[in-house]
Amino acid sequence: MSAGKFSVIGQSLPKIDAWAKVTGETRFADDLVLPRMAYAKLLRSPHAHALIKRIDTAQARALPGVYAVITGHDLPRVKFGILPVSQDEEALCVDKVRMVGDAVAAVAAVDEETAERAARLIDVEYEPLKPLMSIQESLANPEVRIHEYGDGPNIHKAVALQFGDVEAAFSGAHLVREDVFFFEGNTHLPMEQHAAVAHWGPDGKLTLWSSTQTPHYVHRLLGKILDVPQAHVRVVAAPVGGGFGGKLDPFAHEIAACKLSQLTGRPVKIALTREEVFYVHRGRHPVLMWIKTGFTRDGAITGMHFRSWLDGGAYGSYGVASTFYTGALQTVTYKIPVYKFEGARVFTNKPPCGPKRGHGTPQPRFAMECQIDKAAEQLGLDPADMRRRNLAEPFTKTANHLTVSTIGLGECIDRVVEASGWREKRGKLPPGRGMGIACSSYLTGAGTAIYWNDMPHSGVVVRADRSGLVAILCGATDIGQGSDSVLAYLVAEVLGIQPMDVRVHPADTDLTPVDLGSYSSRVTLMAGNAAIQATTRLRDRIFEAAARKLEVTPERLAARDRRVFVADEPEKGMTFAEAVTLGESMHGVLAFPGSYAPPKRAGKYKGGGVGPSPCYSYSACVVEVTVDAETGEVKPTEIWIAHDIGRSLNPLLVEGQVEGSIYMGLGEVLMEEQVFRKGVHKAPSMLEYKSPTTLETPEIHTILVETDDPEGPFGAKEAGQGPLLPVIPAVTNAVHDAVGVRIDETPISPEKILKALELGRQGKSPRVGPDKLPLFTFPEPRAVESAFGQPAENITERPFGK
Amino acid sequence: MKTQLTLTVNGEARDVVAAVHKTLLEVLREDLGLTGTKHGCELGECGTCTVLVDGEPVLSCLALPVELVGREIKTVEGMADGRRLHPLQQAFAELGAAQCGYCTPGILLTAEALLEDNPTPSRDEVRVALAGNLCRCTGYTKILDAVELAALRMKGARA
Repeated sequence: MSAGKFSVIGQSLPKIDAWAKVTGETRFADDLVLPRMAYAKLLRSPHAHALIKRIDTAQARALPGVYAVITGHDLPRVKFGILPVSQDEEALCVDKVRMVGDAVAAVAAVDEETAERAARLIDVEYEPLKPLMSIQESLANPEVRIHEYGDGPNIHKAVALQFGDVEAAFSGAHLVREDVFFFEGNTHLPMEQHAAVAHWGPDGKLTLWSSTQTPHYVHRLLGKILDVPQAHVRVVAAPVGGGFGGKLDPFAHEIAACKLSQLTGRPVKIALTREEVFYVHRGRHPVLMWIKTGFTRDGAITGMHFRSWLDGGAYGSYGVASTFYTGALQTVTYKIPVYKFEGARVFTNKPPCGPKRGHGTPQPRFAMECQIDKAAEQLGLDPADMRRRNLAEPFTKTANHLTVSTIGLGECIDRVVEASGWREKRGKLPPGRGMGIACSSYLTGAGTAIYWNDMPHSGVVVRADRSGLVAILCGATDIGQGSDSVLAYLVAEVLGIQPMDVRVHPADTDLTPVDLGSYSSRVTLMAGNAAIQATTRLRDRIFEAAARKLEVTPERLAARDRRVFVADEPEKGMTFAEAVTLGESMHGVLAFPGSYAPPKRAGKYKGGGVGPSPCYSYSACVVEVTVDAETGEVKPTEIWIAHDIGRSLNPLLVEGQVEGSIYMGLGEVLMEEQVFRKGVHKAPSMLEYKSPTTLETPEIHTILVETDDPEGPFGAKEAGQGPLLPVIPAVTNAVHDAVGVRIDETPISPEKILKALELGRQGKSPRVGPDKLPLFTFPEPRAVESAFGQPAENITERPFGK
Repeated sequence: MKTQLTLTVNGEARDVVAAVHKTLLEVLREDLGLTGTKHGCELGECGTCTVLVDGEPVLSCLALPVELVGREIKTVEGMADGRRLHPLQQAFAELGAAQCGYCTPGILLTAEALLEDNPTPSRDEVRVALAGNLCRCTGYTKILDAVELAALRMKGARA
């Protein structure tokens, strides 16, 4: 019998799909081949903004090898979008294109080359409209309308919320700072380009295999878009070759493949090119931010007023949520008694932005943590100590009515300060070398679904039978983060077997209960809790049968090492498979469901649904950099990060998520830019779009802090997104420490460093960053009482998985 | 125009009839069913489609099969010895060096070529060897760890 409280939880085990991945056996969507399969291509707009006057497909149809050509006229005229409030997309545009890359027609042919040639033969007549390429242009040209809906001309969404009197908080402050920051847009750049295979069978039923992070939402939308009962549609999630939020929307290529399959009576595959992936986007919003904060003499925050302007691109996507997220999580790290937030998302003629790792929160976190660094300098405080002294209180509510449970941020700060030698080194490094610190927090799953409903957010069925097999059916999607493995570990732990003994089946809307998808760091907690509930029900039935055979009460039984036995007489027992057989004899089929829905804690105000989560992870990060004053090059040399993971279900997987987050944050702060010239992407290839290689990624020291959160499965919180957040401001603050410049916009390019150094030499403020704000009047703020410091309510004492 | 040729892939002679302009990547995936080789850009920029030709890493999206007749082509499917995984595959699985796994085949083969030339590389030498292979999931840390572990084990096996 193995020692310790757990036999699987906490072990650094390989992922259950590791073997398939290292042998090349994993079959991604583009690896699927079906008999008689046709290949599809989309024709995309070369114009950023134009009316479609005429589409002539005759030549394309006449090309030998072409099976079908469709335009938007062949699809039901319904618009769609991932959020119910932003139904503004068409798979194939009918009257108007709003960005370079909007799809206008699709072809299915005998092979990809023929489909591509046919697409080029489609003749589209456009009438160009004035393209609006920035927030300023969109606001300055209200007579040009990208969409006919929204909160004003070219305003997708404008929100204003006030929690207490911030002006009073500022007037009572020792120091009030106003700063302006800009966070440049960037994209997910998953290694796998999106692909899908559709098969509309002769029975009238449709199956779609797709590289999607949200099979449920795709399933839900296909019925609507294709005018087919949702019950006749099946969506199967292929293993995803990197998502990071880029495969969370339903896409034109998926819908076109379905329709082409219906028309041709053949399976149809479509795979995007790398260039198309850059245009499909849905990545990080460019955000301009103004932040005003009051501080006491010892660095406590008296109040904060935050404004954000988001460059949304051509469509809504998740943008309403993104807008609220730029104002939601400021309050969960430090005490902020009163808080005001105003945000606006503006349409522009560029690919739509959406959710990328950290969804809407890396931008404000950058602004806030850089401002705190400036305030600490002004107040003569150590930036680590200032943060440490002002931590939010565990098990309280924030000003904006978010409920926080456990907070391991204090220990995180202490651990990175210690490990990095912060006290010994900071301020004593030679010129050109510096250290910076920043902290952050992130959701462990969004507390509300994207469409309001009273159903579970995650469902799991666990099944066992006389063979001893245990199968997990769940609609969650493994996108490389290891969520399938986590489910296997949890189920194996509860049943006293090994992960090897468990099979996890991929999301398949015919077979697996609904899970909302792999986003908002929700799967470990939500699907995990559902899996534990299902497995506990299964175990109870098995114990009941085994107890009768052993002539003891079920409460006396334990399961471990593939045995079911009497806990205080371990030799009295049987194998797990024998116990399952007894269970099946007594109860019939052993298949049990588990459901999870997060506690209902949304603040009672409009927008209160964005930000609540069962619990929040916390991270603290110290970065050491060298800055070359001749070339302006910034090189992070070492990074220390401590992450409050609640409980580390598998340290190897958690470290992998933390390291990947740090890497992605480094790319965002130092080089990555999704930028356009007249609507055309400036860098739509993996060579031109700079991202870090092995040579730009330094050694990362990961420290895991455990707080055993009452909401999480065995106490676990998220790891996949939160650790990205602090590295961006930590690098920025380290650059300041190294050469004395403030770069208030990402990416911190050599040009900006050199410009700031030059300004310093001229006796001006050595700062590069935005100085103008858009002319825009936010709506009257909705005044809500601050809930700051109120005790947390409705905390779930983990009903299972203790 | 199509051409008939015989390629040596993973030690087997494979007859192919394919258009002359088809890349090795396309022939491996579409004509030979070896989908372990992945594509990330098809422009020679990301390293994902790396295979070995006579032991050297080659970007299969830029290689033409007509030029490879008589050469030894190795894909990820050829790394294991029957059911026994290559030490690199074993180490990548054990240490979590494959997250989504999409870049993994190309990185494994690049690392195999490195260890063939330099059985005891320093961490920086591993970084340089893998600098042409992008990975968006791992932050490279576990990949570097896994190559080092495999090198150690292979050295132990030779000793």
